Amino acid sequence: MAQTIPKKTAGNNHFVEEWVGKVYTTLCVLFLVATIIAMVYFVASRGLSTFFKDHVNVFELLGGLKWSPEGSPPSFGAFPFIFGSFSTSLLAALLAAPLSICASIFMIEITPKFGRKFLQPVIELLAGIPSVVYGFIGLSVIVPLFRDIFPGQGLGVAAGALVLSIMILPTMTTVATDALASLPAGLKEGSYALGATRWQTIYRVVIPTTLPALMTGVVLGIARAFGEALAVQMVIGNAPFVPRSLFESASTLTSAITLSMGNTAAGSTHNNALWSLAMILMLMTFVFVFIVRWLEGRSKL
Amino acid sequence: MKPKTVDKIATAVIICVAAFIVLLLIGLLGFILVRGLGHISFSFLTSAPESFRAGGGIGPQLFNSLFLLVLTMIITVPIGIGAGIYMSEYAKPSKLTDFIRLVVEVLSSFPSIIVGLFGLLMLVNYLGLGFSLLAGALALTVFNLPLMVRITEQGLKSVPREQKEASLALGLTKWKTITSTMLPIALPIIVSGTILAAGRVFGEAAALLFTAGMSSPKLDFSDWNPFSPVSPLNPLRPAETLAVHIWKINSEGLAPDAAEIAAGASAVLVIMVLLFNLLARWLGRFMYRKFTATK
Repeated sequence: MAQTIPKKTAGNNHFVEEWVGKVYTTLCVLFLVATIIAMVYFVASRGLSTFFKDHVNVFELLGGLKWSPEGSPPSFGAFPFIFGSFSTSLLAALLAAPLSICASIFMIEITPKFGRKFLQPVIELLAGIPSVVYGFIGLSVIVPLFRDIFPGQGLGVAAGALVLSIMILPTMTTVATDALASLPAGLKEGSYALGATRWQTIYRVVIPTTLPALMTGVVLGIARAFGEALAVQMVIGNAPFVPRSLFESASTLTSAITLSMGNTAAGSTHNNALWSLAMILMLMTFVFVFIVRWLEGRSKL
Repeated sequence: MKPKTVDKIATAVIICVAAFIVLLLIGLLGFILVRGLGHISFSFLTSAPESFRAGGGIGPQLFNSLFLLVLTMIITVPIGIGAGIYMSEYAKPSKLTDFIRLVVEVLSSFPSIIVGLFGLLMLVNYLGLGFSLLAGALALTVFNLPLMVRITEQGLKSVPREQKEASLALGLTKWKTITSTMLPIALPIIVSGTILAAGRVFGEAAALLFTAGMSSPKLDFSDWNPFSPVSPLNPLRPAETLAVHIWKINSEGLAPDAAEIAAGASAVLVIMVLLFNLLARWLGRFMYRKFTATK
């Protein structure tokens, strides 16, 4: 029977199939693009109405120290949240970066076989543990520990940063490991041939060459820490003030949104102000993406 | 100091750090399992939670998590694979392609809470889905798509060029080459990546607070009509997942045994993530062996 089908139809079928495939995949990509445009539009339209409709001063929101949206008169100073977000995520990166770089050097330069077989799965598992579980551990281990050792309730920036540092460790390690693994062998061999020790090679050749990529990992980690919501919210204490010590209760952009968004009426100034916080979070995401792109452009690999 | 001594010290420090990370994971897992396993029982896994009395379970939450996972994957996988194929096979180097790459990158680094808020505004309010499983699944789709796209792209890129060219040289169309030659070879990577992505969906909570909601209606597990409001299969009912439940009882738990429930639920969550991880590894390796001639 097959021979009786005219050649032309068969050719047409192929054409149709090809066309369907192309249209389908294009639609999928368009869906992605449309999603992000819709996200930016929706978040920005709500976030900006704080300034245009409710006439809150931009500088008051960014620099003001007092957050009492239900007070009279209400004030919308979000600086404590911005400060909390930056301090926890930068501290977390400071704790996690040396650990993750050491881990990746261990995996690639010192014991490649053991590293790949053992440490890599460990890192992947750390990445897979859900953030609420990290929050729960922080709440039941780190916070009581800090309460015993340091003055205060144990809730605060230090607890938040510590929980975050464990959460971003896998992100940083994965990026650093990829960077070290893609380093051409010739560079290292040249260094060894000159009589350098392994540490000299790592310190003088491997790290300087891969530095932009290592920094990419650090920035991605900071970005993740900055956007993390629930784990931080559970251990930071959520007081809308700029903390005077690491062990004093503080708050972040994400934790403020998480706690209040459900309790405010849509369209109210309080609600819009929370959307402004979300907009700051979104803008920071763009900033992080552009820093990562810039670093990748500088990479010599 | 002699360079050799410095070398030894540095090596020792690095090994210590690596050992510390391993100990950290063992400590974390040990803590969760030791605290939680004692509380896990058949009735804990199947019974409904109690608000004010002790002895509540996590049955509906566990079911919601699994059902939401299935819903999300049904939506994510076809779109993600489609977009991945486009990025790997159809996209030509141009300004537009660069822009799409940027979009995928930005989307993958958006905080999940922003995705949740977007879901609240667009799906829950604007499209009128209300707090529902469907809204939650769509939000998680947005959250998971970049990952899926990257996995597919990676899988397709790993196909040897000769194999692709041989297929094209036989006169197969591009689409046929992709679907019947390249996708089967890329499948092990795609499948294991998908399972890992599913593990992430399972533990995600921030995006769900504002889309799937923080409460579950009383479910009737004998009613399997998806249009009935008490049916577990109804995609338009609100649903609290396991991860959201852990968060909720930690921040506002009123039951006297809230800490134990959180510990038990955390252990269940971690065990599920471990299972997803092992399954991904095993299935990836199994399929790789089956589809290629390697031993």
